[in-house]
Amino acid sequence: MKKGKALIFEMGHAGRRGYSLPPLDVPPKPLAELLPQELARQLPLEIPELSEGEIVRHYTNLSRSNFAVDLGFYPLGSCTMKYNPKINEEAAGLPGFAFLHPCQDGSTVQGALELIHRTEECLKEITGMARFTFQPVAGAHGEITGLLVIQAYHRARGEDRRRVLVPDSAHGTNPATAAMAGCEVVQIPSDARGMVDLAALQKAVDEHTAALMLTNPNTLGLFEEDILEISRLVHAAGGLLYYDGANLNAIMGYARPGDMGFDVVHLNLHKTFSAPHGGGGPGSGPLGVREELAPFLPLPVVEANENGYYLDYERPLSIGKVHSFYGNFAVIVKAYTYIRMLGADGLKQVSTDAVINANYLMSRLKQTYHLPYDRLCKHEFVLSAVKQKKKGAAAADVAKALLDYGMHPPTVYFPLIVEEALMVEPTETESKETLDQFIAAMEEIDRRIGENLTEITRAPHSTPVGRLDEVKAARQPRVRWSREKDREKD
Amino acid sequence: MGGQHFLPLTQLERQEMLGAMGAKSVADLFQDIPGEILLQGPLALPPTLSETEVFQHLSSLAAKNKNTREYVSFLGAGVYDHFIPSVIRHIIGRTEFYTAYTPYQAEVSQGVLQSIFEYQTLICQLTGMEVTNASLYDGATALVEGAVMACGITRRSRVLLSRAVNPFYRQVLQSYFNGRSYKVEEIPLQSGKTDPDQLQHSLSEETAALIVQTPNFFGLLEDLQGVADLLHEQGGLLLVVADPLSLPIFKTPAEYDADIVVGEGQALGSPSSFGGPLLGFLATREKYLRKLPGRIVGETVDINGKRGFVLTLQTREQHIRRERATSNICTNQALNALAAAVYLVTLGPQGLREVAGLCLQKAAYAREKINSLAGYAEAFPGTYFKEFPVCIPGEAPALNKKLLQSRIIGGLDLSKFYPELQNTMLLCVTEKRTCAEIDLLVQELEAWR
Repeated sequence: MKKGKALIFEMGHAGRRGYSLPPLDVPPKPLAELLPQELARQLPLEIPELSEGEIVRHYTNLSRSNFAVDLGFYPLGSCTMKYNPKINEEAAGLPGFAFLHPCQDGSTVQGALELIHRTEECLKEITGMARFTFQPVAGAHGEITGLLVIQAYHRARGEDRRRVLVPDSAHGTNPATAAMAGCEVVQIPSDARGMVDLAALQKAVDEHTAALMLTNPNTLGLFEEDILEISRLVHAAGGLLYYDGANLNAIMGYARPGDMGFDVVHLNLHKTFSAPHGGGGPGSGPLGVREELAPFLPLPVVEANENGYYLDYERPLSIGKVHSFYGNFAVIVKAYTYIRMLGADGLKQVSTDAVINANYLMSRLKQTYHLPYDRLCKHEFVLSAVKQKKKGAAAADVAKALLDYGMHPPTVYFPLIVEEALMVEPTETESKETLDQFIAAMEEIDRRIGENLTEITRAPHSTPVGRLDEVKAARQPRVRWSREKDREKD
Repeated sequence: MGGQHFLPLTQLERQEMLGAMGAKSVADLFQDIPGEILLQGPLALPPTLSETEVFQHLSSLAAKNKNTREYVSFLGAGVYDHFIPSVIRHIIGRTEFYTAYTPYQAEVSQGVLQSIFEYQTLICQLTGMEVTNASLYDGATALVEGAVMACGITRRSRVLLSRAVNPFYRQVLQSYFNGRSYKVEEIPLQSGKTDPDQLQHSLSEETAALIVQTPNFFGLLEDLQGVADLLHEQGGLLLVVADPLSLPIFKTPAEYDADIVVGEGQALGSPSSFGGPLLGFLATREKYLRKLPGRIVGETVDINGKRGFVLTLQTREQHIRRERATSNICTNQALNALAAAVYLVTLGPQGLREVAGLCLQKAAYAREKINSLAGYAEAFPGTYFKEFPVCIPGEAPALNKKLLQSRIIGGLDLSKFYPELQNTMLLCVTEKRTCAEIDLLVQELEAWR
């Protein structure tokens, strides 16, 4: 095997150090008195020893082999990879936010509680919901919290409803969450328009239905035009309507989940509200509910009275806690900063531009790539590489080829109902020039498939590593570093 | 209108693009939204602020808080005020790291992938376990995932949970388990530790796992010698909640033959941030690798035989397996995992032992001084790490109020979580607390009596 970048474990030297610690300024006691031998670690601690400069160089070099929004176009469908304003980071880094302990007395964290309260007021208005909890730290965490709230609601009404309906175009987290909440998953097919099949839905809803989980616009980027009828059907059977907020970026200021009939809504502050994704978190997935469901929200919620803001634990119907404390507070600070800078008009313009950019791309790219659902889209759309597949290059090959153009590929092979799917979400923070460059790249890749297929199927060629063998990684899993001599024993 | 500096399209370009796609106006792009729900007026949001104004506004909110840089904090309870080397902020502040998404396209995500692979190795080193994942939300949800995993492995549905486990974690586990058929049975305390007789009594062939924490919520080291054998004889698993900064000097869960180790990694380089973002970790035996929840990074080679890293074993995950996935988790706490990795290599083995040793010595000094004050007393005897409960001559909130006047953030009021522990406060002393700060605390406590 050829070596790639050195791992940190292959660097350094015994005796080197990268730290400086405060002195022991209390009279020391013999260690054996504080740490009896039978409680002491015997295992060696094999962590490399490096100086501070070596460590900085290692990670700085690693960072240079990573693509990011700040480096280029990132049209990863369903992930809303918009620009992350720098002021967000400044705000969250203020010592008055970053260095607060969650168990401090309420009188010492009034500003933090006020910020949570103010953010809640904004999100209520944007979504049309009555109350929010900020404990969920990711979209999927919001989903499980939502289903626990829904179950508690049904139980309080003396009903045991355990079926969760999920469209076949849904994010994988929806059925996984339902299973995690101890529910049975019923899949609802999409119709020829790419929307929830109303007849199938009508057949599926009954007295066992806990909820229908829906993304609107859906994962094809299409607005569910029958949403009011869907809402009527689910509610008539006594079920609730759950809104997966992954796609809210399409409709801010145009429509609200609450007005569509949704009872429970999770948002992704790391998507719609510009908090960065951090290479896979931290995120924030606050959950909003209608008034009737508010008593079931996790403990505590932020309330205000004449003495100021406080954490309310006196909520007997609450499902309990879903996070150690109040969620990813630092991410909430970033989202609030963003909302205050954009305001009502700005957020509406965000959705307008996200939709303009997506429709512009779609109208141009459908000339080269198959567009299975050829209709007005919202913030994203799904192409299919079936034509390219016939010529020998699959969606994955198109994606890998794009890497050589300095762009991140769209989401591939999702949603599952589209063969060779390429799910494109440009977001509103991209200029027309960038979109045109992307169109040109996609068209050129299609041409090159006809001219020199292997160049595409062996792409990428200009990245820090070439195409990686995922099958080998899964068949012979090596999920931590070990010394060469120990490896031979494996 | 606000936020224009984030929106590159000009009015002219919008018109041009609408024209190119055959739309007359923006309204045409929203005609699929039914008229009944199309918003007529603007959202009622507070007025737009410029960058200068928004920073002033947020600074004024931040200034209403009393932060642990300006106040001396003795609060712990799962979130800690440890030293954060300045390199961490600079490395996690690289936009190549923090503005990337989950590394789905491995060829352009080697930075995140390799750093997580290194993080996974470091967590294995620290805990002594064989495998771990790319991180979970926090210690509490890591405990939930560990418990669910244990139930899955053993095909059993009953977990025993020590009452000396962090009460926040216990509450979260209960919320998650309420929805499904799993049951939690609590093992009571005996002198601040898991009651060994009750444990023996409750253990049965239906037990999926025993969940214990060491150092436990009171900072006491649990006696785990032989506990794993007891469980394994009955076919159950030992799940240990660990403080990563105790592990450089205290016996690791692996040395107790634990099957699953979970914990909170905030202490490894992340600020307390009012309780989030935190960092959950979960490590286990190699044979349970395919039962792990969440992302896992694995080593492989590229088309030219060069080493590289990818997300692996994805067939466990929600986007492939949907309702049969090991968990629903997708976004995790990658940037905090990176911070933890940088922290661990910056301190190195010697630095980590020193941090743990400093906490041990300084906490012992504070404990001895406070326990010897008239009116104050040791709550439980035993071996402690960096936290300890103290019986105080009055109610904890009143004492904390008094301490605030001397710019001290006091300890946690234990009566809120353990009604039997009235007038008891949980204090935490990390390596950052100086002798002078501890002496000031002692002096204030003495004066309050």
